[in-house]
Amino acid sequence: MSTPEPAAPPGPAAPAAPLLEVTGVDVFYGDFQALFGVSLSVARGGATALVGANGAGKTTLLRTIAGPQAAASGAVRYRGEDLTAAPPHRRISRGIALVPEGRRLFPSLTVEENIQVGAAAAASKDWPLDRIYGVFPMIARRRGQRASTLSGGEQQAVAIARALAAAPTLLLLDEISLGLAPRVVGELYQTLTALRAEGATLLIVEQDLRRAMEACDDLVCLLEGRVALAAPVPAVTREQVVAAYFGEGPPRDFRGSRDSWGSEDQEAAT
Amino acid sequence: MRRTVAPVAGTGPPVTVSRWSRTATGFTGVSVIALVVLAAVPYFAGGPAEQPLITLLTFVAMASQWNLLAGFSGLYSFGQNAYIGLGAYGLYLVAVHGVNPFAGVVLAAIIAAAISLPVSLLVLRLSGGYFAVATLVIAAVFQIVATLSPSVGGTTGVSVPGLAGYGPVLREALIYWATLAVAVASVAGVYLLVRQTFGLDARAVGSDPVAAASAGVRVGRIRRVAYLVAAGGAGAVGALIALQTLYVEPTSVFNIQYSVYMLFMVLIGGMGTMEGPVLGALVLFGLQEALSSYGAWYLVIVGGLAVTATLVASRGLWGLVSDRFGWSLLPVGYRVRHPRG
Amino acid sequence: MTWVNAVIQGLLLGGQYALIACGLSLTFGVMRIVNLAHGDLAVCGAYLGLVLSTVFGVPVWYTLPLLLPAAFLAGLALQTLLFGRALRHGVLAPVLVTFGLSIMIENLLQVAATSDPRGLNGGALALASFSLGSHITVSWLFMTAFLTACAVLSGLQLLLSRTSWGRKVRAIADDLDTARLVGIRVRPVFATVTGIAVTTAALAGVFIGTIGTFDPLTGTNTLIFAFEAVVIGGIGSLWGTLVGGMALGVTQVVVGQVNQAYAVLAVNLLFLAVLAVRPNGLFARHQAAREAGALG
Repeated sequence: MSTPEPAAPPGPAAPAAPLLEVTGVDVFYGDFQALFGVSLSVARGGATALVGANGAGKTTLLRTIAGPQAAASGAVRYRGEDLTAAPPHRRISRGIALVPEGRRLFPSLTVEENIQVGAAAAASKDWPLDRIYGVFPMIARRRGQRASTLSGGEQQAVAIARALAAAPTLLLLDEISLGLAPRVVGELYQTLTALRAEGATLLIVEQDLRRAMEACDDLVCLLEGRVALAAPVPAVTREQVVAAYFGEGPPRDFRGSRDSWGSEDQEAAT
Repeated sequence: MRRTVAPVAGTGPPVTVSRWSRTATGFTGVSVIALVVLAAVPYFAGGPAEQPLITLLTFVAMASQWNLLAGFSGLYSFGQNAYIGLGAYGLYLVAVHGVNPFAGVVLAAIIAAAISLPVSLLVLRLSGGYFAVATLVIAAVFQIVATLSPSVGGTTGVSVPGLAGYGPVLREALIYWATLAVAVASVAGVYLLVRQTFGLDARAVGSDPVAAASAGVRVGRIRRVAYLVAAGGAGAVGALIALQTLYVEPTSVFNIQYSVYMLFMVLIGGMGTMEGPVLGALVLFGLQEALSSYGAWYLVIVGGLAVTATLVASRGLWGLVSDRFGWSLLPVGYRVRHPRG
Repeated sequence: MTWVNAVIQGLLLGGQYALIACGLSLTFGVMRIVNLAHGDLAVCGAYLGLVLSTVFGVPVWYTLPLLLPAAFLAGLALQTLLFGRALRHGVLAPVLVTFGLSIMIENLLQVAATSDPRGLNGGALALASFSLGSHITVSWLFMTAFLTACAVLSGLQLLLSRTSWGRKVRAIADDLDTARLVGIRVRPVFATVTGIAVTTAALAGVFIGTIGTFDPLTGTNTLIFAFEAVVIGGIGSLWGTLVGGMALGVTQVVVGQVNQAYAVLAVNLLFLAVLAVRPNGLFARHQAAREAGALG
């Protein structure tokens, strides 16, 4: 996030290679298929919103990118490097960090210890404790307290801080607004905007469509494990997103209409 | 029991749901014949055939019981030898009071199950590895109590009365039949239990008690029933051992070796299957015959094979067979058959 | 021996039990594995001490610089070759594997060393004692065992709370999945934890062998005492194992004063009583205790 980019060559600008490229990923939980040929890419410095109903596969996709979940087929490329088979610690050292759904702080560790543990596989030393506390002054005061004693908003801040300790270039955030008051969520999103200004790339899972479309450049909507919609935010209306979110038409016609969403593994209807 | 089920929204012809299969029917026929043959052994083969069969049948009984505990209900008890010993002493006590020793086998099973009830209130508070060690503690306590009780002979032990009235040939035959009965009762009893909802509930408890509880399964009750039934079964086995050896002494009837055997048979045979324990009993029997002269090495090999089985073939030998061929001799699930054509 | 003497000896005995118990507690707290071979590993330590002290002709204490590193390496090997693989087969697979391992160790020892009871050469330390006042005599050996246990527990506690490695261990103990997610490499940590557990077990085994006798089957009883100390003190608490150990020790020595034959039974009954009345022990860490099923 703080390494300067090499100067672009003169002449017409070539499209920059995406920072993150997910291609045709299938993920199974035992016999249950959670993701069907999902593809998405995120440009350097961009912010992509990942939306969809519960169970659509958003968390699964983030976990597949970050490492804990293995993909049965397909590829995850980061900065051109194939990380599909890499364990989480290697992906973190390459610059991917995940703020997991539900915060998942270590309850018996203090705030500071939680953050320190996040640096276990850090990509660089660019984010020492002081710099992190600078971004989240409200938790600096509570650094010696056990993480389980903090409020929801503070815990979410600690969870993000823990991911920052790994000095990521790509920050994955899973439902950070869950269970928090709007004002608190607003503060967190302001922090994310500040991080973007410093060069961070974000992939945000968010249930709140308004926030997602405000904060991000691109939007991807998942429906039952497939990409139902992928577009830059200015190019879609909220209504179109909602339609993709729920599938066109009343719930009964799910199976019939799914084929029209341009999913990767379209097959002839039986 | 066959049912025809109309599938959802009329998208196809009716399917048949049944419990049994041709393989299983064939097997049932074969085993009925086998049982008749086994029951007749004392008449045509006599002593030399009875001895090894008694050992084998005892193994079958022990393995089936442990399978109910560990294979189905997730209770890894290494202290079943507590109830084997209890059954042995129970038999001695009822025999001393003049009860027919063979009826004593049933009584010993009841005594063991009865004592296991208060014990279950304690040990079932734990689970997993902690439960396992607690069962070791219980076995140790029972053994110490026996050692300290002069009324049952303390460390020296006691001899079992009441069998003097039988001639040796008849006695051997009666013990054989009693063992056969206990073995058949164990396998059949576990099978009948497991075929019902109990079996499904037990398996749910065994794989994930929290999820099972949230699905409405009465986890505590399932575990307690499994524990009590297994204790009763072990008590019967202990009584049989007492009848066989005619002498009950703490270090031999409470020997942890019984638990090792149970673990081995069920692991090698296949945990959570009906056929596995029987297969495991056969393997252990064969091993014992082959390695009996090797002393302590025998147990090293048994233990080593058990460890290997856990790491390499966790569904046991029967699991390998049934995965390959799809056989199920004593079915506990259902088969869905689509009509041909 | 007076009653006061008995109580003091019991308390000091508690130190030994804590020494054997802390490895069991650590293994469960971090890896959720109850190592049923833990007691047998301690007995292996005693046998190794016997071999080394006989070969070099010195009291067993002088063999520790060789013995303890060997135990640590054995722990690393155990985790890498056995426990790690077992964990992949589910939560209960390690229970089966460690029990099988226990059987193998006990019978291998039987083959190698016969079932004769053995004792370790404790040198001058084993025989020395000091007096407090006119009625109390304390054996230096018991005192040393107790102080060693306190030192080990303090060392472990410091390691866990002050080092970055300790942070990782505590994070893993809290939430294995998230620990992996934030980039902690779990396998090396598991290996080191097992190494430490086996080292403390071996050290405890040396004290057991010096204070009393041992044979191939001593491991099972050692496991039982270690386990009871953990449960009484509270699953998940290191210092709790000292409290649990002292409760066991005092019961054992005091009852032994009345009737030696009943001492071990009394200890087991104490454990069962605690299980009945306070199943989470005295200082349980909520989460760890729940996973052991102790909170029902």
